[in-house]
Amino acid sequence: MKSATFGGLKYLTLIVASLVTLLPLVTIVMASFKTSREFQESGPFDLPESFGFENYVEAFTKGGMLHAFFNTGIILLVSITGTVIIGAMTAYAIDRFEFRFRKVVVGVFLFAVLVPAVTTQVATFQVVNNLGLYNTRWAAIVLFMGTDIVSIYIFLQFIRAVPRELDEAAKLEGAGPFRIFWQIIFPLLKPAIATVVIIKGFAAYNEFYIPFLYMPSRDLGVISTSLFRFTGPFGAHWEVIAAGVIIVIIPTLIIFVLLQRFIYSGFTQGATK
Amino acid sequence: MSFFSTPVRPNAVRAAQDSRSGRQRFFQGATPWLFLIVPLIFLCLFTLLPVANMIWYSFTEWNGLSKDKEYVGLGNYIEFFTRPELFRVFLVSLYYFVASFVQMGLALYFATILSFNTRFKNLFKGILFFPYLINGVAIGFTFLYFFRPGGTLDASLAALGLEQFQQQWLGNPDLINFSLSGTSVWRYMGLNFVLFLGAIQSVNPSLYEASSLDGAGKWQQFRYIILPSIRPIVGLSMILAISGSLAVFEIPYIMTGGANGSMTFVIQTINMAFKFNKVGLASAMAVILLLIVLIITWIQRRLVPDEKVNLT
Repeated sequence: MKSATFGGLKYLTLIVASLVTLLPLVTIVMASFKTSREFQESGPFDLPESFGFENYVEAFTKGGMLHAFFNTGIILLVSITGTVIIGAMTAYAIDRFEFRFRKVVVGVFLFAVLVPAVTTQVATFQVVNNLGLYNTRWAAIVLFMGTDIVSIYIFLQFIRAVPRELDEAAKLEGAGPFRIFWQIIFPLLKPAIATVVIIKGFAAYNEFYIPFLYMPSRDLGVISTSLFRFTGPFGAHWEVIAAGVIIVIIPTLIIFVLLQRFIYSGFTQGATK
Repeated sequence: MSFFSTPVRPNAVRAAQDSRSGRQRFFQGATPWLFLIVPLIFLCLFTLLPVANMIWYSFTEWNGLSKDKEYVGLGNYIEFFTRPELFRVFLVSLYYFVASFVQMGLALYFATILSFNTRFKNLFKGILFFPYLINGVAIGFTFLYFFRPGGTLDASLAALGLEQFQQQWLGNPDLINFSLSGTSVWRYMGLNFVLFLGAIQSVNPSLYEASSLDGAGKWQQFRYIILPSIRPIVGLSMILAISGSLAVFEIPYIMTGGANGSMTFVIQTINMAFKFNKVGLASAMAVILLLIVLIITWIQRRLVPDEKVNLT
């Protein structure tokens, strides 16, 4: 009896929590299919009369979403590639070599992981500006690559697990450190690379602050900033804003459904390192 | 090419090989730096230099553009602590701080019940986690629509026969921080939940069987098996909640821009620097936040050691 009420309560709370999670999104989906007049006259729970994609077309064309996906795509590709290479190289150097100032280097990286990027933007802005990167895609790319210490930690964990005998054997065969890194170590880091790509991919796709601050030009709009600009021209047109929101969420949903298992383990690793 | 590599070796071995030419030794010593040069340049340019500059700016009065910065000593720090309207942002972060405990409580509850046999377990897990992956601007707009007059929340209240509770969720300064921190719980609960669930599931399942053979109920299993296994991750999350609640930015910025009493520390810093061009004062505020985060991290390292609790 007691166990039955527990079971009932368990499913009740799960269903309520799922409703609370999904309801805000479901009403956005419904709003996105309504015409302007229909939206004015109906409540959030009233089903749309028909499922036309006019709002989506408008969000895509007038809202510049196509261009935003292009910009986000470029930034994502370059910064993730850079992060993976930089992270793996740093971890290799720190774990496999003994050199002067090694402790200092490790200490500096340890300090950097503590500095919340959000606080230093006041001064980072001046650096980016002086480098002439303000209002270019490079601003986001270098900031995504340059301030990611978590990925170095993830690579470090994996490199430690790669037996040193492999390096030694390759060296006896006459391979130099760069060949050892590219042909022996790097391919063995695939699980770490997957983790970094997942964490970094979501972070870069969702990043709002950096593109907003450093890339104000309309042509450089990424997903977040382009959607943010919907408030101006579509101010009262919630149905178009809703379509924009769904356009942004759909790629996330598809990736999540396809890669669920990797995503859970990736974020668990990333958060506890 | 084998002289390029520098494996970790006892000093004696290395000394024996030191008879090689200076050129070779130079390359040997330089190899790790060749791997480190790019990361270190990035680190210096985008973390160390900004931190150093920020500390310097914080003692000056500067608009961010002009050539000269006027040295004002601790003036900016004194201004921050003596202007109540600036200092007020700490009160706002209290809402998010309390909310993060609600968030962890919910995460712990759902992680616990989903660690037992449950139908549609993966579906529930996916639904609860998914908000964490969604773009912040999309979440901001979704909840502007949720809280607007006649929006999803008001309509839900009406459907439940609770019309008398309909109100200005974002227009009322007494309510706005509850609405915004609630949105934050909706967004971030999933991550806590998945982390807790992962920790619980790393417990050897035979422990549950053994304990139920010994007559332990669900509560006792929670108290004596689950809770100890997740204590490190819960402790870490609690401490991160403090710095997290001070660094709140995206949701209030996107939804209200800090209006109606929803101004947070970071929004204020950003406005100070980029809207009012008071880079000196903004830097002082950023330094204060950095110091708080460093102190909290130091306390965390002392209180929660890295070791994992192992029950088996």
